[in-house]
Amino acid sequence: MFELITFFVLLTVGYFSGTYIEKRHYKDIIRREKDLANIPVRCDKWVPNECNKGFLVMGSVVISVDYFKMVSEGVKNIFGGRIRSYEALLDRARREAVLRMKEMAKKYNAQEVVNLRLESARLSKEAGGVLCVEVFAYGTALRSDEIHT
Amino acid sequence: MEGQSAAKHKIMITNIEQVPGKKIVEHYGYVCGSTIRAKHIGRDIAAGIKNVFGGELRGYTELLNESRAEAVGRMVQQAEAFGANAIVNVRFATSAIAQGAAELYVYGTAVKVE
Repeated sequence: MFELITFFVLLTVGYFSGTYIEKRHYKDIIRREKDLANIPVRCDKWVPNECNKGFLVMGSVVISVDYFKMVSEGVKNIFGGRIRSYEALLDRARREAVLRMKEMAKKYNAQEVVNLRLESARLSKEAGGVLCVEVFAYGTALRSDEIHT
Repeated sequence: MEGQSAAKHKIMITNIEQVPGKKIVEHYGYVCGSTIRAKHIGRDIAAGIKNVFGGELRGYTELLNESRAEAVGRMVQQAEAFGANAIVNVRFATSAIAQGAAELYVYGTAVKVE
């Protein structure tokens, strides 16, 4: 009986906190994307002629789902199909990783980032355990410095 | 934190095939660096609590950032031993070794640029 009560308490807490944290994170992501929109990110390797400095820039984040999502998606797993909350999780993680990479590029006063590569890995204690993903984004930041003669 | 570790190296690192604004004059070959970290979060109490609420696990983000910086540092050491001053075409790879442990591997081509 006690376990059942604990389970429902965790579910409720997980639901409300998870939804709140996700909404807040998305607001934050959208605000920062607007601020960093002046640094374009590309997946190709073409370097404009005037760029004469390049740096490796990286960004990564580890995000976990809340208890409610884990349980509800575990149930949906039995039937198969799209798992929407995990899609939101990966979308948040990818956008956050790319934003952190852009923030590092901004510290270098870069104009753009090329050759964006994304890597994701799952961290969990057992095969069906709580879902935490790590997304790692890296690329080369380009800058054109004045050449002093 | 990552910006600092990359800036500390005098060696230039890029993930494209060239260093912008410079010309490659010599190739030294393939250099790499790796670290093995336990990604097991089962026993971490703080992560267990965070798993109920959801959201970012900052401890793990920092842990993985540190491991990557260490792997890059080892690759830079190898390149400096060759006498290179830049590493181009850098790529990262992660492989799961055992239950809960993964190897963070970074590799590239060491070159001399002018």
